[in-house]
Amino acid sequence: MSFDTIIIGAGHNGMTAAAVLAKSGRKVLVLEAGETVGGMAQTAEFASGFRASSVAHVLNRLDPAVIRALDLYRHGLATKADTAPTIAISQGQDPLILNGAYGEQTLGLDAANSARWQVLRQRLMFQSSLLKSFVNQVPIQPGAARFTQKWPAIKTALRLKLAGKDEMRQFMRMILMAVADVADEDITDDRLLGLLAFDATLGVHLGPRSPTSMLGLYYRLAGQAAGARGGQVIPVGGMGAVMQAFQSAAKAAGVVFRTGAKVTKITVENGRATGVVLTGGEAIAAREVVSAIHPATTFLDLVGPRELDAGLVRDIRTIRTKGNVSRINLALNVQPEFSGVAAHHMNARFVVAPSTDHVERAFNPSKYDEMSGAPCFEFTLPTAPDSAMAPDGGATLSIAVSNTPYGLKGGWKRGEKQLERSVLSQLEKLSPGIGKSVVGTEILTPPDIETRYNVPGGHWHHGEFQVDRLYGLRPIFGIAHYQAPIDGLFITGAGTHPGGGVSGSAGLNAARVVMEADK
Amino acid sequence: MTVTTKFSDFDNTIPRDQRKAAQGHHAEILRQTPFYAKMAALMNGGHWYDWGGYHAPDNFGDLELEYFAIRSTAALFDVSPMVKYRITGRDSEAYLNRLTLRDVRKQRPGRVVYTAWCNDQGHVLDDGTLFRLGANDFRLCCQERHLAWLQDSAVGFKVSIVKETDTVAGLALQGPVSAALLKDAGLDVDALRPFDLAEFALKGGAVTISRTGFTGDLGYELWVPRDLANTLWDLLWQQAESHRMRAIGYAALNQARVEAGFITANADFVTADLALREDRTRQPDEIGLGWMVASDKPYFTGKRAIETARTKGTLGHVLVGLEVDGNEPAEGAIVYHRQKREVGIVSAGVWSPTAKRNIAIASLVRPFGTTETDDLWVEIYALREGLYHKMMKRARVVERPFVRLARRTQTPPARN
Repeated sequence: MSFDTIIIGAGHNGMTAAAVLAKSGRKVLVLEAGETVGGMAQTAEFASGFRASSVAHVLNRLDPAVIRALDLYRHGLATKADTAPTIAISQGQDPLILNGAYGEQTLGLDAANSARWQVLRQRLMFQSSLLKSFVNQVPIQPGAARFTQKWPAIKTALRLKLAGKDEMRQFMRMILMAVADVADEDITDDRLLGLLAFDATLGVHLGPRSPTSMLGLYYRLAGQAAGARGGQVIPVGGMGAVMQAFQSAAKAAGVVFRTGAKVTKITVENGRATGVVLTGGEAIAAREVVSAIHPATTFLDLVGPRELDAGLVRDIRTIRTKGNVSRINLALNVQPEFSGVAAHHMNARFVVAPSTDHVERAFNPSKYDEMSGAPCFEFTLPTAPDSAMAPDGGATLSIAVSNTPYGLKGGWKRGEKQLERSVLSQLEKLSPGIGKSVVGTEILTPPDIETRYNVPGGHWHHGEFQVDRLYGLRPIFGIAHYQAPIDGLFITGAGTHPGGGVSGSAGLNAARVVMEADK
Repeated sequence: MTVTTKFSDFDNTIPRDQRKAAQGHHAEILRQTPFYAKMAALMNGGHWYDWGGYHAPDNFGDLELEYFAIRSTAALFDVSPMVKYRITGRDSEAYLNRLTLRDVRKQRPGRVVYTAWCNDQGHVLDDGTLFRLGANDFRLCCQERHLAWLQDSAVGFKVSIVKETDTVAGLALQGPVSAALLKDAGLDVDALRPFDLAEFALKGGAVTISRTGFTGDLGYELWVPRDLANTLWDLLWQQAESHRMRAIGYAALNQARVEAGFITANADFVTADLALREDRTRQPDEIGLGWMVASDKPYFTGKRAIETARTKGTLGHVLVGLEVDGNEPAEGAIVYHRQKREVGIVSAGVWSPTAKRNIAIASLVRPFGTTETDDLWVEIYALREGLYHKMMKRARVVERPFVRLARRTQTPPARN
């Protein structure tokens, strides 16, 4: 069987691109190195009878355009998912609950903070809506831009202009600020400050007092779930269920999947990609290759420096891709309880980041490849929306710990124990007795994520999500429009614009570029 | 499942401290070449200039005698400041093939080629000579410094790159009697064809001699380790009087190289990584080096950009040789079409004593110089005792070299 298009990597971006391209009439083959599809968004059993999402565990930015393009609802994506609240919990304090789409209503704030939060929130929502409009755009390439490509950016600029001088100034002032500085202007509640600090910096190598850390918060708020921007959902069946919808849509469009098929080489002849070679030597030819894996792997390993310009290779090597988020899944034989959290709020995303200082201090040692004894983290209970994720009566706790550096000094063998201890001791204070209920533990450090998901550095964004690596600079200047400097080779995935998180936007944008290039 | 991609795998080629050290190497203080003391003893008038961070002679006091030493007898020129890199290792051929424009696979050991290299945009970073000393042993000589770029280009290749600028001394011996002089000095180079190189015994070691040069004349370049520099100089200087050899400076050499039609980096074109303005960079096709581009070899840096520009016809400039009326050198002059429209600039212009013509190298905006070659003029401002004489002179596009000497290629060289 011959194929028009080969997609490397069955992550959600790869599957999105595959489905869209198959719908355009192409014969599409998706090659996945792992045994299952979904990449870093899967559901897996980690202890007997206990299942959890593997790396990504909150759905908060699935692109409506992708849902439409793939008809994901028809393919099993839950149509009626509850928006999960965000709950900031810390020892000795009442929980702070942000309901609706990122705190449309709050529980636990005093009147003054509550009022100021609503003003700030509204401003953040407006600003992130401007940035959101870039998500579905192919970054403009200097010199090659047509007016139709420039128009969306111009439209966004006009929207900003029309919002008035004050909003425009606020936007220009705030966009590259440190999240702590912005939050400090209005908010005095440490729990909310800690939450904003954590949310803005989770997954990037920045502290809340680092300039530009606001971008992480904007990015979060640019996403949407359950019909609400800033909303989030803990998916029933875990992320694997969401990925099943993607795969089903792709298959319905005629996409052929091959798992356990690791690509070792993208073949290039006279400046044109001609196909791929798999482990074992099997060669598969195609007219187009879309690589939906880490850009460094695509260019350095699969294409190889010898088919590329030296400057491109140099620039690819500058991608900062040392991950710093670890995942811990806990199997609990009883339902955990947290003081002040009602049963109907257990479907929340819980954030343990008691103050700005806590988050900053947890970040500081990571600059030197060390780890804080009191890391900040978020967790969800996949069993809250879906009790089938654990045996009867049991629960799973899915934890994402920030500032756990890839290259930890002293190695991760020892670091893993330290991480487990420091997280469990914090949990114990929030839910006394929880430690005793743990019957199974899975720890995924950045090197584990690297190994298991073939992601260099184990970075869930496939490279730092920071101001010098956004839009036309992602993954590097010159190839941000999803086109490699090799005819017939395209890139997508978290390493390309707009970045990581389960959105599918990069896959959709790339598919548009592939179809455009073929015209 | 086996994993091949680890962050460390693609972070291992250049130790960070090495790369950092390489970045600062252009900022070294003005140095003396191994021949400085010898040259200083001959210097009449202190005409030194800064060549790549080294004291180098512009002239020794008599430009005309120095020029005619090149064309009539023998001229000795210190080329030690030339930037030199030694490239060795299993992948050195493949590495240099990816780095440079010409096909290194076709270059046998014992051969030298004139080549150039580009950045991703196909803009020329420098031109230079590549010496193949052995199967996996090369020396790259050029005008500007490129260690960081050479290292960046080494990702994925098993090569070692060592800077040799300071450790290898070089002398160019050019002129019709150069072969005879060398023979009398005990170095029989008669068998060397143009662009050949060979090693010869020298007291205390060996000297590598290549039949290369920047004059368009019969000539050789001699390369020794720094500590043999004096030995080499003295050996040649013993023959100075009998062969009328003179030490020469850059001014005379420049006159000869323009006659030969050779271009100089950062004189006739701006090297891409030193250009401050985006539109000053040039592709090989824009500076007369398009012939170097080996399109049928494996991929090399800049290939895609060069081919795209060729296909789309977006090349903006062309480098041409001009013959200008009169005898006033046109260096720096603006080139006009129909005496009105500005179409380029003369980057080098000399009166050629050998051709007896007023010649120049100019960069023109296409299509002038390619399809539009008629009615070109240059405006020369000649400073005469405090006043400019302004002249509009007719210029004709002519083939380079302006001076073609049979003795440059004749093997074995004739005995004068």
